[in-house]
Amino acid sequence: MTVSAASTVTVRVLLFASYAEAAGQTSLTLTLPSPATVASVLRLLRGQAAGARLPERPLCAVNLAHARLDTPVSSGDEIAILPPLAGG
Amino acid sequence: MSFLTDQPLDLAPLVARVMSPERGGVACFLGVVRDHHEGRTVTRLEYSAYEAMAEAECARVIAEAEAKWDVSVALEHRTGRLEIGDVAVAIAAAAPHRDAAFMACRYLIEQVKRRVPIWKREYYKDGSEAWVAPRPGPQAMERPAGAASEAPSVPEHVSHTDWGV
Repeated sequence: MTVSAASTVTVRVLLFASYAEAAGQTSLTLTLPSPATVASVLRLLRGQAAGARLPERPLCAVNLAHARLDTPVSSGDEIAILPPLAGG
Repeated sequence: MSFLTDQPLDLAPLVARVMSPERGGVACFLGVVRDHHEGRTVTRLEYSAYEAMAEAECARVIAEAEAKWDVSVALEHRTGRLEIGDVAVAIAAAAPHRDAAFMACRYLIEQVKRRVPIWKREYYKDGSEAWVAPRPGPQAMERPAGAASEAPSVPEHVSHTDWGV
């Protein structure tokens, strides 16, 4: 069965620092059913090799701003999974 | 304005940027690379960043400080390879009087540590290396009467998982 474009969401996922190292990659594209949230992106990601070792509730950002697990995501969004921050 | 740089930091230009005749108090903070971490001898480190978001988050933190207090602030953070004693972050805050300058300066460094997506990899004397997990931050800093009780910031759950508190 063909899934219509309107019923799916395609996002770009970025991984950094220790998470990128664990995944062996720094970015990937995911397509998931609409409506989608940060949590559903994480759920899909965890089922793949790149996300298998992510913690239960990692810090996430959507389009360059901190987001919550229930933040909605839309096609074209950039979702970043952020290891514990260590600047300053 | 770019807040991240891979070049050595110099406080003087930041101070020059925030100073003006009506601002009689200037507070500064330098974060410097130290030679030890949890009992291990550190030889150097590397900062990496999610640069686009780090720039955006620094701009938001600065806008918040300038909304909370009558201050002019400047901030720069290093990326790339740093040696012991190198300046990792430099902040200057200028206000008509010292209270606001100190408070804004403190606010900036605490919010940068809490919210700006930068990561640190330490290299140790024994040849090993590791990503550094942050220590818990200090208790909530005092805020002036009438100021927002908390900045729009990292979701609350982060405090419980990634900050180890």
